[in-house]
Amino acid sequence: MRVILHVWRQDGPEASGGFERHELSAVEPDMSFLEMLDTLNEQLISNGHDPVTFDSDCREGICGACSCVINGRPHGPGHKSTTCQIRMRAFCDGDEIWIEPFRSGAFPVVKDLMVDRTAFDRIIEAGGYISTHSGPKPEPNASLVPHSIAEEAMDAAECIGCGACVAACPNAAAMLFTAAKVSHLGLLPQGQPERWKRARSMVEKMDEEGFGACTNFAECQDACPKGVSIRFIGRMNRDYMKAALCEPETRQGPLKAH
Amino acid sequence: MLELDASIPEGDIREKWRNHLEHVKLVGPRNRPKYDIVVVGTGLAGAAAASSLAAQGYRVHVMCFQDSSRRAHSIAAQGGINAPKNYRNDGDGVYRLFYDTQKGGDFRAREANVWRLAEVATGIIDQCAAQGVPFAREYGGQLANRSFGGVLVERTFYCRGQTGQQLMLGAYQALHQQVAAGNAVMYPRTELQDVVNIDGRCRGVVYRCLQTGEIRSIAADAVVLATGGYGNVFFQSTNAFNCNVTAAWRAHKRGAGFANPCYVQIHPTCIPVSGDFQCKLTLMSESLRNDGRVWVPKKPGDTRRPEQIPEDERYYYLEERYPSFGNLVPRDVAARNAKYVCDEGLGVDGKRQVYLDFADAIRDRGENVIGERYGNLFDMYEEITTDSPYKVPMRIFPAVHYCMGGLWVDYNLMTNIPGLYAIGEANFSDHGANRLGASSLMQCLADGYMILPQTINDSLHDIYMDKVTTDHPAFAAHEQSVRDHIAGLMARRGSRSPMAIHKELGEVMWHHCGMARTAEGLTEAMGKIDSLKHACEHDMVVPGRADTTNQALERAGRLGDFLDLAHLMCRDALERDESCGCHFREEHQTDDGEVVRNDEAFGNVAVWEWKGEGSPHEKTTEALSFDALPLMTRSYK
Repeated sequence: MRVILHVWRQDGPEASGGFERHELSAVEPDMSFLEMLDTLNEQLISNGHDPVTFDSDCREGICGACSCVINGRPHGPGHKSTTCQIRMRAFCDGDEIWIEPFRSGAFPVVKDLMVDRTAFDRIIEAGGYISTHSGPKPEPNASLVPHSIAEEAMDAAECIGCGACVAACPNAAAMLFTAAKVSHLGLLPQGQPERWKRARSMVEKMDEEGFGACTNFAECQDACPKGVSIRFIGRMNRDYMKAALCEPETRQGPLKAH
Repeated sequence: MLELDASIPEGDIREKWRNHLEHVKLVGPRNRPKYDIVVVGTGLAGAAAASSLAAQGYRVHVMCFQDSSRRAHSIAAQGGINAPKNYRNDGDGVYRLFYDTQKGGDFRAREANVWRLAEVATGIIDQCAAQGVPFAREYGGQLANRSFGGVLVERTFYCRGQTGQQLMLGAYQALHQQVAAGNAVMYPRTELQDVVNIDGRCRGVVYRCLQTGEIRSIAADAVVLATGGYGNVFFQSTNAFNCNVTAAWRAHKRGAGFANPCYVQIHPTCIPVSGDFQCKLTLMSESLRNDGRVWVPKKPGDTRRPEQIPEDERYYYLEERYPSFGNLVPRDVAARNAKYVCDEGLGVDGKRQVYLDFADAIRDRGENVIGERYGNLFDMYEEITTDSPYKVPMRIFPAVHYCMGGLWVDYNLMTNIPGLYAIGEANFSDHGANRLGASSLMQCLADGYMILPQTINDSLHDIYMDKVTTDHPAFAAHEQSVRDHIAGLMARRGSRSPMAIHKELGEVMWHHCGMARTAEGLTEAMGKIDSLKHACEHDMVVPGRADTTNQALERAGRLGDFLDLAHLMCRDALERDESCGCHFREEHQTDDGEVVRNDEAFGNVAVWEWKGEGSPHEKTTEALSFDALPLMTRSYK
C-alpha cells in the first residue's frame, strides 16, 4: 500500500517547526507504524536527507518511549495500544497520515517527534515510592494483601509513563499518571505510612511542573495504552483532600508543652 | 595473556558467601559521600545497584540512553522471577534452585556464583514486596506462584504478564527517591563512549550527550556497567530497538576480558518473522508453556486449519520426546526441537512456525482462568497477528533473546580492571551455556540489590584519599579520541545506511552463529563479517550533524562495535569445539539430536583479550570446578 505522510519537523526546542510531506509506497499491512517510519528514514537517508527523529525502544508496548500523535490521537487509531503496536493495516491505501509530537508545555520538543518527559520523573521524585533501603526485609506473607486489593493496585501500576494522558487532555493535565502511582502505592499495606504525604506532594509537584487540572473530559482514559481508569483520579482527589484536612503536621523536633 | 583471579572464597559452598560478607572491607558512613560511583544503565541491575549504593550514602552518577530511567528493557520481561521460598510445599530449597540453574546452564557456569544466586534469591522477593511491587496474590492474600521451564517445582513469582515492568518500577522508584534525596544524579539521554583507566584502575567514563552531541567526562572511584546483553548483534531479536554492546565493548577495548561471547539464548516462543522490514521480534512469555501445548501436524504440508486436524494426526513433539518435562523443557531444548520439526518440513503451513495451543487448558480450566493468567499476552498476540489465541492456537518460532556471555567478572563482580564492575546481563554471570526462565530478573536484582552493594566496598576502602578529577590529562586525551572517532563516522559519505549494514550482519549471524553452528559455517561467517566491516568503513553514509540529536550516528557507532563482537562470537563458537546448552555444534550431537559436551577440553570459561585494531583476540581460560554438583549428562526425558 501507499501512504502520504505529513511529519512534524522541528530542529530543536527553540526552533519553529512545520509539517513535511512525504510519500511512501511499498508499505506492508503487517508493518508496525514505527517500522513504517524506519522505512521512511531509510528512504530519506538514501536521498541525502536528514531522517526523522522519534523515540522508541522496546517496540512491544511496555517501555512507554514511543510518543507520537497520529491523526490527532496520541498513539494513533488503536484501542489500548502504543504507537509501536499500531500496524499499518489500521490505515487504507492512499491515506494521508499526520504525525506530530505530544504537545504540552511540560513536555518540550527535543527534535521532530521527540519530547522531553523528565517532568514525570520529577513527579515520582516528589513521593512516588515507598521509602526503603536494600537489605533484609520482613517475610511478605506476614502482611496479607487480599486478592482484590492486589489486583486493583496492579491495575493502577500498569501505567507505562508514556504521557499519552497529558497529550490527550485539553488541559494537558497529568492527573491520570499521578493518580495511577498514588493509587498503586496507596492501596497496598506497605504504602500506608507515607500515603497522605505522598498524595499531597505529588499533586503539588504536578502543578509546579506546569501540568493542568482535571475537568473530567476523560480523554486520558481513552488514550491510555494500558486502560488505566479515571476512577483512580477520584481516588487521588479523595486522598489529597483527606491529606489536606487531616494529615498530622510534620513533626520537627520534640513536642513542646503548651 | 590476561591474569584472571576469580577470588572465590575458601570453604564449603554453603559458607562461602556468608564468610566473604564477614570479611569484605567496609567504608564508613561518613566517608561514603566522598566517593563517586558511575552506574551505566538503569535496567533492573543498574537501577537496583544505583539505588542501593546511593542509599548507603555514596555519590552515584547514573547514565541511561533513554529519556527516563524507567524505560530500560528489563521492563519487557513478562513471566516472572524465581525464588526457592517453597510456598507450594513441593520440596523446593536453595540446593534445588542451585541444581536446576547449574544443570540448566549445562555445567558451564561458575558453581560458587550460582550457589550464591540461589541463596540470596528469597531475599529479593522480600525486598521487592517491601517496595510495593504488586505481586500476584492468592485469595487468602498470600503470594502466588507458577511454574517455568526446566524445573519440577513452582517457584516463580509474578505480576500478571508484566513482572519485569513491576520489578523495574520498584527499582526505578527507589532510585528516584535517592535522586530526590540528592545522593544520586541522573544523566538521561547519554551514551558511554569510553572508560578511563589511570594507573591500572578504572577512574571514570567519557560519554556523549545524545541531545547536544557534547562529549563529557565523569571522574569516579568505581564504574559499574549494567548495560544488558548484545542480542541485537543479530539485528532481529527480542531486545529493545536501542540495546547495544557499546559500553561493554569499549571497556573490552580498554582491557576488560570478554567471556563466552558465543553463548546466546534463542527463546523458543516468539511471534514468527513476517517480513524483512522487521527489526524487532516479540516474545511470548515462557509461562505460556504452563498451559499451552506445542504441536505440529504429523503430515508435512498439511493445509487444514488447526481445529480440523484430529488429535492422532498431531505431533506433540515435546511431550513425546521429553515425557517428564513435556512442554516445560528448558529453552535451548524447546528451541532446537522447533527447528528440527521445521527442518523435517512439519512447520505449520510449510513455514518455519509451530503451534502453541491453549484449547485443552481453556476447556479444562475455563476461559476466565486462562484470561487472568495470560490475558495481556493474548491481547498482544492478537494485535500483532489478528488471531485470537482464545480461538486458534498461537503460531510461534524461536528468536534471539538473551546473552549468557559478557564481560568477565570475579566473585566480587569486578572485571579484570580494578574498579570496573559488570552486573546483570552485561557480565558472563551465572547462567553457563543456557539460562532458565525467570532467572534473569533474579540475577539482575541479586547483583544490584544484594551482591554489588556489599562487594564494591572491597575495592573502595583504600582509595578515597587519592581522588582523581576530570582535570587529569587522561580525560582530555580520551575525550579527544572519542571526538575523532565520531568525526570519522560523520565523514562517511558512502551509500548504505547503518541500518542496512546491520540488517545484513544479522542475517549472517542468524544463519551461521544461531541455533546450529558448524566449523565451516562459522569460518564463512567470519569472512562475511570482514567484508561488512569493510562496507561499514567505505560504503556507509551517516547523515546529519554530530552536534544535535542524530539517531543514525548513534546507530553507526553501535554498529562498529557489533561488527567486532560478531567476529569474536564466531571465533569463540568455532574454538569451542563441543556442544553445550544453547551452543550447538552440529559436529557434536547424539543420534537423536541432543548436545554432546566435552568437559575435559571445554569445562572452562573462554575469556578473550583485545589485542588492538586488526590483531586477533587472545584467549585465556578460567577452569570451572564441579564439586557441589558433579558433572552429568543433562536429560529432561
